[in-house]
Amino acid sequence: MNGLHHLIVLPILLPLVTAAVLIPVDERNRTTKGVIGFVSTMLVFLAGVVLMRAAATSQHGASVYLLGNWPAPFGIVLVLDRLSALMLVLTSVLALATQAFSMSKWHRTGHHFHSLFQLMLAGLNGAFLTGDLFNLFVFFEMMLAASYGLLLHGSGPLRVKAGLHYIAVNLAASSLFLIGVSMIYGATGTLNMADLAMRIGTIGPESRMLMEAGAALLGIAFLVKAGMWPLGFWLPAAYSAATPPVAAIFAILTKVGVYILLRLSLLLFGSDAGNSAGFGQPVLLYGGLLTIGFGAIGVLASQAMGRLAGYCVLVSSGTLMAAIGLGNGAVIGGALFYLVSSTLTICAFFLLIELVERARDAGADVLAVTMEAYGDIDENEEEKEEGVAVPGTMAVLGLSFSACAILLSGLPPLSGFIAKFAMLHGLFNPGSFGGDAPVSGAEWTYTALLILSGLAAMIAMNRVGIRTFWTSIEGTIPRVFLIEIAPVLMLLAVCAFLSLQAGSAMRYMDATAKALSEPQNYIGRVMSAPRAGPTGGQ
Amino acid sequence: MELVLSAAIGVLTASGVWLLFRPRTYQVIIGLSLLSYAVNLFIFGMGRLRVNAPPLLEPGGAGGLLTHTDPIPQALVLTAIVIGFAMTALFLVVLLASRGFTGTDHVDGRE
Repeated sequence: MNGLHHLIVLPILLPLVTAAVLIPVDERNRTTKGVIGFVSTMLVFLAGVVLMRAAATSQHGASVYLLGNWPAPFGIVLVLDRLSALMLVLTSVLALATQAFSMSKWHRTGHHFHSLFQLMLAGLNGAFLTGDLFNLFVFFEMMLAASYGLLLHGSGPLRVKAGLHYIAVNLAASSLFLIGVSMIYGATGTLNMADLAMRIGTIGPESRMLMEAGAALLGIAFLVKAGMWPLGFWLPAAYSAATPPVAAIFAILTKVGVYILLRLSLLLFGSDAGNSAGFGQPVLLYGGLLTIGFGAIGVLASQAMGRLAGYCVLVSSGTLMAAIGLGNGAVIGGALFYLVSSTLTICAFFLLIELVERARDAGADVLAVTMEAYGDIDENEEEKEEGVAVPGTMAVLGLSFSACAILLSGLPPLSGFIAKFAMLHGLFNPGSFGGDAPVSGAEWTYTALLILSGLAAMIAMNRVGIRTFWTSIEGTIPRVFLIEIAPVLMLLAVCAFLSLQAGSAMRYMDATAKALSEPQNYIGRVMSAPRAGPTGGQ
Repeated sequence: MELVLSAAIGVLTASGVWLLFRPRTYQVIIGLSLLSYAVNLFIFGMGRLRVNAPPLLEPGGAGGLLTHTDPIPQALVLTAIVIGFAMTALFLVVLLASRGFTGTDHVDGRE
């Protein structure tokens, strides 16, 4: 029980306290609020890096934090392993970038932006750390409640309409979540994930059906969040209506659904699950494939960049869902790399879109039918803008846009290519994760769709890029400030760093995949976690 | 008792889902409320139905499966009620904002 151990709870507590502290501060001091929020996120980021290093070097695999100091199946626990540490760091990197971006002008378009933002971070970090299904629901709702507020940030008829649909869909999904959780509790008598994984192999056939039905309902709630076809129609509309920094941080929200699907399917329905082993994998696989197809068609069909980015989110989560559904540990390693790379790219792209479109007159582009999504920006334009303008604006924007295009389509040399290559390499060389089974039809389809979706992204990005940078009718150069372009460049630099350090990054991801495919270690650590204090120490 | 409870959950869910698919925002919010009542009853039912069995231990007395009921679903219901109530209130605000912006109570903002 040292200080490092207590660091596990910091990514939840610090944003929560910061959000509470920021609420009474007057809205006129929003720059101060932004700086306080940024410092808090920075501290969470540093804590995340320390935790990630600890998780990577620890030989035990997972560290367990007993909230309330009750032993594991009775009290609630936080569990930090390689996967959750990775997600914590990824979330705080995105949060740092979007928070800095919002401080140029977007946090002025509504109230309590920074408080809501911190609350969402607390919910996100909690969802990544919790080892208990009902706490997962609580953190999920916390994250969703803050995201409703953030989606409505800036107001306007379009955002309110998108928000109405988003809230209705998510409330219905939350009902399914609760039904699923309570069915699992009714069938197995536990909500602790590790305890559940232990009991799943031994439950009788009459309870097994109830448990599987519960798990399926729970899965639907996460698939709605992850945007699987046909549950993801709300996603492009909501994401393109949100203000740019909000849309950018929403890139991680779909990944929460993917994270939980990955965690639960490998923990609960691994090889120890008896008759339930591999439950739901075909749904994830074929649903994921359909999502990639739908997303790729959407990418090709969209005229406005906001919708294009929304469909890129769908392609990204479809790729990940199908990778989980393949049930091949060697693919999971590559998929985790893809998760990090694609989330960073989509976040950077959402931020970049606003900067690029700032120069374009919304009416001039007849094709861009959904351009009124950004209509109410003009109303805020008269507000004073401060900061350092960037020289050579078009060159910087153009280069960033090209980098996004390369990353989204998965071309060498950047990390998008390495991620896809790692997934395909794992698919054809299962290595230590499986035998020499022949490559199945679904795997060939996956390979084809992965490459074709890259092609679709390339075509769409080329078309949009040419229209924006080469054949721009007005020829006005947007005024871009350093605080706006720096986050984009930072995110792209992280992608470039990932490409340069691909070897060590892939080693981390492969070790994560290996730990996930052997859940006994995780279960053992949670169930035997020692209690703290004088009364503890079993 | 089992029959009454399951019929209640069934009727609430069916009405909730039907209202959820209606085009008016007011119908949607009532549908979501009914659905959340059904979910709360369902969670309660998953702790098994028992009459005259308290969920809490009394001082001095030992607990037992014969005399006590499962306290966890009751605690879960409490949390779910609070969260559901807050979400309904939030949805109501968005509903009114949408009505103010579009002048109609259709979920798509136009007839």
